[in-house]
Amino acid sequence: MYQAIVLLPLVGFLIAGLFGRSIGAKASEYVTSSLLIVAAVLSWIAFISFGFGEGETLRVTMLRWMQVGSLDIDWSLRIDRLTLVMLVVVNTVSALVHVYSIGYMHHDPHRPRFFAYLSLFTFAMLMLVTSNNLVQMFFGWEGVGLASYLLIGFWYKKPSASAAAMKAFIVNRVGDFGFALGIFGLFVLFGSVNFDTIFAGAADVAGRMAGGEGEAATAGAPVLVFAGYSLSMAGALTVICLLLFMGAMGKSAQLGLHTWLPDAMEGPTPVSALIHAATMVTAGVFMLARMSPVFELSHEALTVVTFVGATTAFFAATVGLVQNDIKRVIAYSTCSQLGYMFVALGVGAYGAAIFHLFTHAFFKALLFLGAGSVIHAVSDEQDMRNMGGLRKHIPITYWMMVIGTLALTGFPFTAGYFSKDAIIESAYAGHNSFAAYGFGMTVIAALLTSFYSWRLIFMTFHGKPRASHEVMHHVHESPMVMLVPLFVLAAGALLAGLLFEPYFLGEGYEEFWVSALYSGAENHVLHDMHATPFLIGLLPTIMMVIGLVLAWLFYIRSPQTPARIAERHSGLYKFLLNKWYFDELYDVLFVRSAKALGRFLWKKGDVGTIDRLGPDGISARVLDVTDRVVRLQTGYLYHYAFAMLIGVAALVTWMMFGGAR
Amino acid sequence: MTDWPILSTVTYLPLVGAALILLIRDDNEAARRNIRNIALFASIATFIVSLFIWIGFDPANAGFQMVEQSAWLGTGITYHMGVDGISMLFVILTTFLIPICILASFESVEKRVKEYMVAFLVLETLVVGVFCALDIVLFYVFFEGSLIPMFLIIGVWGGKRRVYASYKFFLYTFLGSVLMLVAIMAMYWTAGTTSIPELLQFQFPVAIQPWLWFAFFASFAVKMPMWPVHTWLPDAHVEAPTAGSVILAGILLKLGGYGFLRFSLPMFPVASADFAPLVYTLSVVAIIYTSLVALMQEDIKKLIAYSSVAHMGFVTMGIFAVNEQGVQGAIFQMLSHGLVSGALFLCVGVVYDRMHTREITAYGGLVNRMPAYATAFLILTMANVGLPGTSGFVGEFLTLLGVFRANTWVAIFATTGVIWSAAYALWLYRRVIFGALEKENLRSILDLSGREKVLLYPLVALTIFFGVYPSPVFDVTTASVEKLLSSYSAALQAAQSVALAQ
Repeated sequence: MYQAIVLLPLVGFLIAGLFGRSIGAKASEYVTSSLLIVAAVLSWIAFISFGFGEGETLRVTMLRWMQVGSLDIDWSLRIDRLTLVMLVVVNTVSALVHVYSIGYMHHDPHRPRFFAYLSLFTFAMLMLVTSNNLVQMFFGWEGVGLASYLLIGFWYKKPSASAAAMKAFIVNRVGDFGFALGIFGLFVLFGSVNFDTIFAGAADVAGRMAGGEGEAATAGAPVLVFAGYSLSMAGALTVICLLLFMGAMGKSAQLGLHTWLPDAMEGPTPVSALIHAATMVTAGVFMLARMSPVFELSHEALTVVTFVGATTAFFAATVGLVQNDIKRVIAYSTCSQLGYMFVALGVGAYGAAIFHLFTHAFFKALLFLGAGSVIHAVSDEQDMRNMGGLRKHIPITYWMMVIGTLALTGFPFTAGYFSKDAIIESAYAGHNSFAAYGFGMTVIAALLTSFYSWRLIFMTFHGKPRASHEVMHHVHESPMVMLVPLFVLAAGALLAGLLFEPYFLGEGYEEFWVSALYSGAENHVLHDMHATPFLIGLLPTIMMVIGLVLAWLFYIRSPQTPARIAERHSGLYKFLLNKWYFDELYDVLFVRSAKALGRFLWKKGDVGTIDRLGPDGISARVLDVTDRVVRLQTGYLYHYAFAMLIGVAALVTWMMFGGAR
Repeated sequence: MTDWPILSTVTYLPLVGAALILLIRDDNEAARRNIRNIALFASIATFIVSLFIWIGFDPANAGFQMVEQSAWLGTGITYHMGVDGISMLFVILTTFLIPICILASFESVEKRVKEYMVAFLVLETLVVGVFCALDIVLFYVFFEGSLIPMFLIIGVWGGKRRVYASYKFFLYTFLGSVLMLVAIMAMYWTAGTTSIPELLQFQFPVAIQPWLWFAFFASFAVKMPMWPVHTWLPDAHVEAPTAGSVILAGILLKLGGYGFLRFSLPMFPVASADFAPLVYTLSVVAIIYTSLVALMQEDIKKLIAYSSVAHMGFVTMGIFAVNEQGVQGAIFQMLSHGLVSGALFLCVGVVYDRMHTREITAYGGLVNRMPAYATAFLILTMANVGLPGTSGFVGEFLTLLGVFRANTWVAIFATTGVIWSAAYALWLYRRVIFGALEKENLRSILDLSGREKVLLYPLVALTIFFGVYPSPVFDVTTASVEKLLSSYSAALQAAQSVALAQ
């Protein structure tokens, strides 16, 4: 069954990809979508039967991959609770997005290709989450990167789409650079890239650290020489965790490597929902949770994770405040929410992070697909300044978006309320030196989140219509094939928290996760977070209300206020509107300088130095004499052959007559 | 079957085809068609026969197999052929790529067809001979001889600046080969034999190892090519006809890597260990430097040529990491690069045949008219980038892992290669394939023809196959590589204990 879950999307990809043009668009849509639906149903069956059953980790070996020296890698599946949660998330959202796309893309002439890419993405993502070793995970990791590249650049005629696709791939590669080095490091430390061996080794190290001899055993003997530093076990693990985290930062668009995510909105909207909100961007969170036995051994690395996550949560929320493109607002919101998850990971609350990943998938996919429904209604307009007053025309979409917003902002008893509060509480209860910083940032970000989310709703749906008369005339509610996926996701956004909170976080935590998520002996954050003061628990809700009221004041009560404030603080406004100038900075620092360096090495290095001193310099002498065209009969070719023959003849002669002793 | 000289058969079968072609008068279209067909038939027959080498190969045996030996010239030099796990797959790669080259030239080569086909068949004989030769003099003859047909292919059927390119090619390789000849004489003088298996057993005095190592290094580094002796390669590629580029990148570059594995590492282990830092440095410089240079190229072929240099940096680095992952990864990377870069040059040839230009700016938006081409080019680009699931990844990953175990600094710098390769390869793809089809003369460009599909699709399929299931390669190489590594470390230890005793 597990093989089927993973391989069905691959089958769909192959059918639509290889035969898409011969079987036609309709058939491609139906084949890929139904295969995905089957996979999604199977995942839920597996989740319920296995997830609430015994919970022993299953391993399914499929095919040998690489066996070189002590390196031994199989294509295999690892099924535990963490995998199952991801299977459910990925396949559910993917199946809904497939169905939704049937409606959303129905004008597009390249639908077989689109559905093939969607299925390819799903397959790669499933390989990532079911992997039993780091290298297969890397396969899925890069595979989703490829699918993301293809889907962002799906409308290849738009230069901006091609540029965004390329940017996404290359920025992700910067993260992969760290991930790859992390894999190499773990192989050197534990002699394997398989999770079972690594986790056993990590448990061994944890035992030694805990058991008195700790410092002596771990601080002393160098186990890895990295970049000239001899590192002890503890130091080596910190370096490796930071390298792995670098990979996670790329894929999950954390501060510094986030610049690709907003640009990725060039892709079709269903792609943004599936890849750039619900699944692929959470791969970094998944990876850290999967590697929790290793990360638990390095407090330094976890502190960095907290810091980066908290800063990203704040940074992305500030930028989200002033964006005007409806998809970009949601994109920055995604970036910010991923920051929340990393804060939870950083303080050791892995369950809270995965819980937020789970609920976020529902409400963020809902928001994106809802935004797609809006864009569909107003003739592909994405600028919210040209919307407004759509509530009456597309009421179902409106209510779906409101549900998504409620969940995102953490309205009591919606999905986001449970998971986001859990993260803020865990940050409050956390012990590392940046936990307090994480707490502060996430609380402020909660306020900002509420503001920009309601701003989006108010600008899009309320007030007077700002679109042209012609556009308003065409505004229409989306067809059922697009609305039904919204209903399903809305149900998830409302109920996922309430239903699953006990298992992911509450009393059932130990039983549910078993060993899939590992917490060190000193890690009590989950226990502590339930003991936070009442007021702290209430804080996110208060923030949500303040944000809502502010947004209402700004965009409903007196719509001229935002412009006035933007004018008064134009420096700050420009800084936020231009996303803290990251793109401009990187363009100068990396893009232009790499190009300039490349040109310099080519013109001055290869041509100007090596060739001038080498062959050209000599040829300037020689060619004076033999400036003739190479033909079969003339030229230096014969000279060469002749010289070689003479050489061989000399060698042979010498050996025959004089050489041998 | 056991005493049938199969290696000689594979080596000289192309010469039979060449002899047949020489009998035909190349004066009308029908005759030219016959010539092409005979060449194709001869090369395919060679490929099929060569598969029997793979079938008959015993992967558990680490030594040389299918050995043929007979006295020659009465000097101690023997005609001595044989293959082991390191060389066998290169023979197959050669016999596999030659028919593709010949088929690729069916339409693009119109002048001197007869000489062209003869040159390719002779080249096949010589290259297969290099990989099978077990006598160092025989090796030298094949190794240097293989340059002659390559000269001709660039110099006669090349582009506008072919004289300059073949001249450069000549200058570099000549310098290296002279040094190697001297080293071979010195080796015979010291060891008293020219037999490679015996030389592998012989322990060269530590004092002369560096000199011999450098002499071989000069020759192999040029062939590889390593920075800074790489500048002949982009020019040679740009001027060579498509099939010439395929064979140059696919096979001739591998002679250098093969040479390191056959001679430098096992015969001069102490020098290899001493000079590994030098090789590392040059490899890392090659990876970063040539990737950056590739980024700024304006000619498609030149860009791919520079990327070849960067990929060969992974190979040299892996070889001199001297552990299982490094060496096996290097062998795999060479085989994979043979398929991928060969196919990429074929891709360039496809559009060159249509538009007669290789300027990147002359293209754009090809996906609109050429979806099949765009797909094949995409998969090959991804293999060039080292995406997991393609053969490019396996080699790159293993060499990086191997070198990480040997020296992390090198691994850190070399791993940046994954970023650079993505940058230059995807930027090329975007400029050539993506975008709207705006250029007037591209409006009527045609997608892959049947013949071009026959050329490209097998290469694309193999790229994915070996990326997902590389075991057939490792099954062959493992035993021989392990033997190489254990004798290498034994020799190092022996040298150390001698040094301590003194």
